[in-house]
Amino acid sequence: MANLLWLQSGGCGGCSMSLLNAESPDLMTTLDAAGIRLLWHPSLSEESGSEVIAILQQVIDGAIPLDILCIEGSMLMGPMGTGRFHLMGGTGVPMINWVRQLAEKAQYTVAVGSCAAYGGISAAGDNVTEATGLQFDGDLSGGLLGADYRSASGDKVINVAGCPTHPNWVTETLLQIALDEFDPGQVDNLGRPRSYADHLVHHGCTRNEYYEYKASAEQPGQQGCMMENMGCLGTQAHADCNIRPWNGEGSCTSGGYACINCTAPEFEEPSYAFTKTRKIAGIPVGLPTDMPKAWFVALASLSKAATPERLKTNAVSERIIYPPSKQKHEKQ
Amino acid sequence: MSRILVGPFNRVEGDLEITLDIADGRVESAKVNSTMYRGFEQILQGKNPLDALVYTPRICGICSVSQSVACAYALADAMQMGMPRNGELCTNLILANENMADLLTHFYLFFMPDFARPVYAAQPWYETVARRYRAASGEAAREMLPARAEFLHLMGLLAGKWPHSLSIQPGGSAKPVEAHDRLKMLAILAGFRRFLERRLFGDTLETIVQLTSAAELSQWAAQKPWQSSDLRTFLHLSQQLQLDQLGATTVPFMSYGNYPLEGERLFRPGVIDAQGTRTPLDSNQITEDLSHAWLTGQDRPQHPELGVTQPSLENQQGYSWCKAPRLDGQVMETGALARQLNNGHPLMMDLAARSGANVHNRILARLLELAIVVPQMERWARQIDPSERFCLHSAMPDSAIGVGMVEAARGSLGHWLSVEKGRISNYQIIAPTTWNFSPRDSQGIPGALEQALQGTQVMEGEKDPVSVQHIVRSFDPCMVCTVH
Repeated sequence: MANLLWLQSGGCGGCSMSLLNAESPDLMTTLDAAGIRLLWHPSLSEESGSEVIAILQQVIDGAIPLDILCIEGSMLMGPMGTGRFHLMGGTGVPMINWVRQLAEKAQYTVAVGSCAAYGGISAAGDNVTEATGLQFDGDLSGGLLGADYRSASGDKVINVAGCPTHPNWVTETLLQIALDEFDPGQVDNLGRPRSYADHLVHHGCTRNEYYEYKASAEQPGQQGCMMENMGCLGTQAHADCNIRPWNGEGSCTSGGYACINCTAPEFEEPSYAFTKTRKIAGIPVGLPTDMPKAWFVALASLSKAATPERLKTNAVSERIIYPPSKQKHEKQ
Repeated sequence: MSRILVGPFNRVEGDLEITLDIADGRVESAKVNSTMYRGFEQILQGKNPLDALVYTPRICGICSVSQSVACAYALADAMQMGMPRNGELCTNLILANENMADLLTHFYLFFMPDFARPVYAAQPWYETVARRYRAASGEAAREMLPARAEFLHLMGLLAGKWPHSLSIQPGGSAKPVEAHDRLKMLAILAGFRRFLERRLFGDTLETIVQLTSAAELSQWAAQKPWQSSDLRTFLHLSQQLQLDQLGATTVPFMSYGNYPLEGERLFRPGVIDAQGTRTPLDSNQITEDLSHAWLTGQDRPQHPELGVTQPSLENQQGYSWCKAPRLDGQVMETGALARQLNNGHPLMMDLAARSGANVHNRILARLLELAIVVPQMERWARQIDPSERFCLHSAMPDSAIGVGMVEAARGSLGHWLSVEKGRISNYQIIAPTTWNFSPRDSQGIPGALEQALQGTQVMEGEKDPVSVQHIVRSFDPCMVCTVH
């Protein structure tokens, strides 16, 4: 059995809530299958108050082995590095101190969500709470535990980034660890599991035909590609949201809104509005990953010139006006 | 007199600590500490107003959509725009999907597992109850999680994902529903209804909704053994443990009203006092008091439109990061019980007239709401017309103010937005648990939970009194929303 301890700090608890959406099989069955025993989880466990503190203390004392430490939420270092913005209830001790001590004991340390990985939403604006990730502060190595931190297995913090995380990103990572199949080659240079971070949100996007022809949506609810006007970063965002759907058959882009690249460090502070595309001389500033600008401009202007009327019209409509057809088009 | 510090609480969303002063085996006074500050109101300063749709849902992973809807309403108010009928229907369905999932999560994962604690091992019902509701390993959680996950497939169809969607817009929904989506929704709702009727209620939703008095409820419960459904089990436990005597408050109940459709709301707004007198809600009378919070910047209580959020540990009286919201200077209790009382549901009116606000009535009002809202969701889904508009568009003026008020599962949530020069110049949020778990105000009046805990019996040597656990969870607190 692998012991798992889960703690929350400067976040919203949404990654835990998302985890409860795990299906085929459900979360409890998945944990059973992996031989993972919950030492404590804030939403799921019986123990409260002094019982929890006793568990944490036994882990720190070495009386209970800690195989997997999952941390959700940013590490709140403020004010002035004291950690006083989050004292763990009943203890008077900053959560960052608990996490430091527990991370010393953990075989593997997992940051669940972009907050715990990089700072995330809690680090937005002027970052008054001095929010940081476990081993990254934004895209810089460091964070609470420092660039040199290694868990007992010799690994860096595994960053299951996302805001929130897809339940299966988390369960697969836990399974990999529990089955002793994790190695450093399984994560990218930002510590994200490659099982999902080797894909782009663009892959499998239902708007791909509109993208090919640069037939773009102009307002929320319209069917066209959202890259040109609506701020969509799906061609740059590392995640498999359109391959591995959310809540049955959903994703951000299928839900009618832009990908905001929530698996990336510092996504919380876009250089422009989240749902408007920044352009220079009419050309979107952020180009698809690996795409040379000149080629993008050339291909875009070529495909725009070739856009079928069907796509041009449907792109700015809430529903299909012209279905694909070899017949002469008639407006419905 | 002795003092105990209880925390960290789990099976509440976020972190919580309570200081109890105990004399003669009873709580003499309680101080509720919301232990974490993240500063969303500071983060939102200077942002593009529409970016609030990205930030505010991330205040909370369990009330994410409620935050989105409050934000969209505030933006729509500032932009002076409304939603088309389809937009209202979709927004109501998405909000109800989250709220109903939350009510279910609260009952099965957060509230009921406390009855499986060893402290109750000598009770005649213990074996049955522990087997079904024990935290993490009980059979109820294993049945409920797949039902919840499948119910949340509505989010996949209507909102892309849950939590943290961006489909809810000031002008409606950015996800037009196609004809086949609508049919799928009806099928998902039918599946969820089946779970509720078979496991939770042991009867049709319509039968539950039509119960009009405490006597009818008792009669209904007696028709079958107490083990035959989760509601009957709860009623049995509640009777055995006298949960209607636990966690009483006498403060007024407030609801902002919920689920608007073409000018009418399914649940009406209002304030109802302990004597049952109902008055309209005047949101201009809402203020926030910082006297016992680790905050500064206001020398007196302010309406949230003028509110300031500035952390400071200088306040010697401070014991929480939570502000103290008041309506016309009064403490309010908010949540499902407040909603059903303001809406005049006869069963809850009768129960409240008999025993007021307490653990029993709070939990029952939540379950009743599931029976009321799920059939309504079926009607909303049928009313969607895929050939009509889902979203209208408008521009944000350079200077505007807007208010968004909504009911999350756990109570009243308000957003107050000011825009100047096209940017957010102030954004203040009062969440349900800000009301319920408020600290004292400058008059020294304790918040709703602080009052509910007074007089609670504590057994000799209890470090984490089980009665306190029941009372705290009867409010279904969301601590991450509370301070934000």
